[in-house]
Parts: sequence; C-alpha cells; structure tokens
Amino acid sequence: MQITVNGQIQELTVKDNTLLIDLIRDQLHLTGTHGGCDTTQCGCCTVLMDQVAVKSCTVLARQADGTSIQTIEGLATQDLHPVQQAFSEEHGLQCGYCTPGMIMSTVYLLQRNPNPSDEQIIEGLAGNICRCTGYVNIIKAVKSAAKKMQETNA
Amino acid sequence: MNTFQYHVTDHLKLAKETFLSKENARFLSGGMTLLPSMKHGLIQPDHLIDVSKIPDLQVLSETPEHLTIGAAMRHDQVANHPTIQSAIPGLSYLASQIGDPQVRARGTIGGSIANNDPSADYPAGALALKATMVTDRREIAAEDFFTGFYSTALDEGEILSQIKFVKPIKSTYAKFKQAASGYALAGVFVAVYPQQEIRVAVTGVGAGVFRWTQAEQAFLNPQINPRIERDDLISDLHASSAYRVNVAQVLFKRAFEQIQNN
Repeated sequence: MQITVNGQIQELTVKDNTLLIDLIRDQLHLTGTHGGCDTTQCGCCTVLMDQVAVKSCTVLARQADGTSIQTIEGLATQDLHPVQQAFSEEHGLQCGYCTPGMIMSTVYLLQRNPNPSDEQIIEGLAGNICRCTGYVNIIKAVKSAAKKMQETNA
Repeated sequence: MNTFQYHVTDHLKLAKETFLSKENARFLSGGMTLLPSMKHGLIQPDHLIDVSKIPDLQVLSETPEHLTIGAAMRHDQVANHPTIQSAIPGLSYLASQIGDPQVRARGTIGGSIANNDPSADYPAGALALKATMVTDRREIAAEDFFTGFYSTALDEGEILSQIKFVKPIKSTYAKFKQAASGYALAGVFVAVYPQQEIRVAVTGVGAGVFRWTQAEQAFLNPQINPRIERDDLISDLHASSAYRVNVAQVLFKRAFEQIQNN
C-alpha cells in the first residue's frame, strides 16, 4: 500500500489486520501518536487523515491506503505549530499523554471553525479525554491558538 | 484482533460476489462498531469486504418528495451537507449528535442502519421519516426493515446501498446522551407530514426502535399524556427502564415544543 505521512510518500507492506496506529508507531516509528484506551473513546491516537481527524486505533491501515496522514510530528516546521505553542503557554496539559490527540483535534476544529466559542470547543474536543487538567487550560489553549492563527492569517 | 483478509472494491456486484464466495465474511463500512467488536473478540470474521468506496453507496439525490442518501455517507456529511440540511434539517441535526467528531468522520448512515443498535440514532430518523432501504436486490420499508435487537430484514450478503427518506414538512430530534458513549439513553424523532400525519419514533428505550403511536396522537390532542407500554424495555447499568421511559416523555415534550415554535 501507499500512504503519505507528514508529506512523505511511503510504500509499505502491512498485514490486513494492522491498525493505522500500529503502522504509524511500530512500522514508521512515529511514537508521538499515543494509544490510550484502544476502544475509540479517549482520542489519544487522533491523527488527520486527508485533513479529517480520525481515531487511528479504529481505522485499518489498509483503509488508509492512498490517503495523506498528518501526525503530531508533522505539525511543527522551524517553530512549533501555533496550537502546540498555545498548549505550552497556557499549560493545557499535565502529564501530556492525551496532548498529541488534543492538539490534532484542535487543528481539525480550527480548520473548520477558526473562532470557536467555549461550547464549540467543548463539542470539538468531545472525542478526546484528559484525566489530569479538568479541561480549563485546554479550552484556554484552544482560544489562544485560534487568536494566534487569526493574527497570522490577518 | 484475529487475522482476516481485507477486500476492497468499487463495484457493488463484485462486493456481493466476494461475500458469497467466502466463508465467514462481513461487510465493512465506517468500522466504528465492527472494528471495536472485533477487538473485543465478539466477532471474528475471516474476510472483511470494504463497501465504503462503491459509487452506488455515495449518491445523494433529491426529488420534490424524496431525499436519497447513499449508505456510505458519513455522519459528518449528513450533518453538514447543504442539500440534506435544507431538505430534512432534523436528520442533519440527528447526525450532528452522534458520537464525537472523530466518530462522525468515519461512521456511516448505512452502517448504523444495518447494525440496528437499539441505542443508535439513525433508526429513529429512518422510521419516523418513512424511509425505504434500497438494497442491491430490493426495497424494504423501515417498518419491515428493523426487526428487533441488532437485527434487520437484510439477508446474508445483501448490501444496503441507499436510504430513501420522504421529506417531511417539519422534523426534529431530541436526544439524551449516555455520558460516556454518546449513544442515546433515549432519543425521540418527530416528523410532521401533510394532512396532519405525525410520526414519532423512539430509540434507546426498547430492544429496537419503535413507533410511539400514543405520542403521535398526543401531538394532535395535547390532552393525551403519552405513555410507553412495552415488554422489551431496556434496563441496564446506565439507566432503568422507568428512567428511560420518563426521559423519552420529557424529550417528546421538547420535540413537540420545538416543532410548534418553528
């Protein structure tokens, strides 16, 4: 199968029962994408597949054949991506385990809705669970990221 | 997960032939129920046939009376497509209330309807909106299609390709989510058709979706306080059956008010 990961085309052989997350972590060694619950609930494994946020623990690698995947490693260029910066500045994490998924879901949310309300942020991150922060700083981080990105685009 | 062979095709006929030529095969659409069930070992198919890329399952067409949606259309598309939003806003709203953003990005309307989870949202919409399930070989009315707990009228190897809805004058969906899963603890879909035809369908409360005729009557005669009297009510660790029935009654009132005010 052929898959583009963070801009690089990869020709790979995978077993039919390989999950997308296992392809990303075990075959491509991109371990920023985390496996949390393995039951489509926690969202730690969220990546963008053709620019849409999906839980990579519940997609077969073969279903991603021909698509373009972006993982947390593919966000930063020279500097951190504005969403990464905002999570750091606003302390939108404690242990950090859920953070790659939170950030990928935030990127997906802001690409559809550049200026979300609190309620829209909560809905946009409904598929991601954080067991440390209580979400307050995560919401702050999303708002700060939205502001940063709008300033950049202005 | 057990080992299996993955097959993908963009031909409806080929998908069916592959299914029939293999032992222990399953159709795969969005995979939001099937893959977790396989991880848990609840289902161990030897062959998965991915039908999500078949063009017959991607259609979207509209006539003055009907809206036809391809079975492989994802929840997000149903929630956000302007044609669906304007033809049946209640159905778009229902789709927007399923699961979470990542699940809506993968899960499909046909997958949900063919799976007929007793707490899934789409069966309520399909039953209230007089849907016809179009398969590779016939058309099945919603009344005949949903046959109970996780079961439908689909035969072995039969592929649900489109869902044809009758456009209502008004429709709405009221749902109370189970907090962890986002499935309906109760969900009530109300559709209003010409000549005071009202259809109310309930999910999450019985072993399968059902028409709530007392609520349909109550819509025209507010003196009636609709009750649910069935012997297949769900009672589990999330909620007792009495609680679910009560929630459904509250949801019906909300849906009723929303229809009256719009």
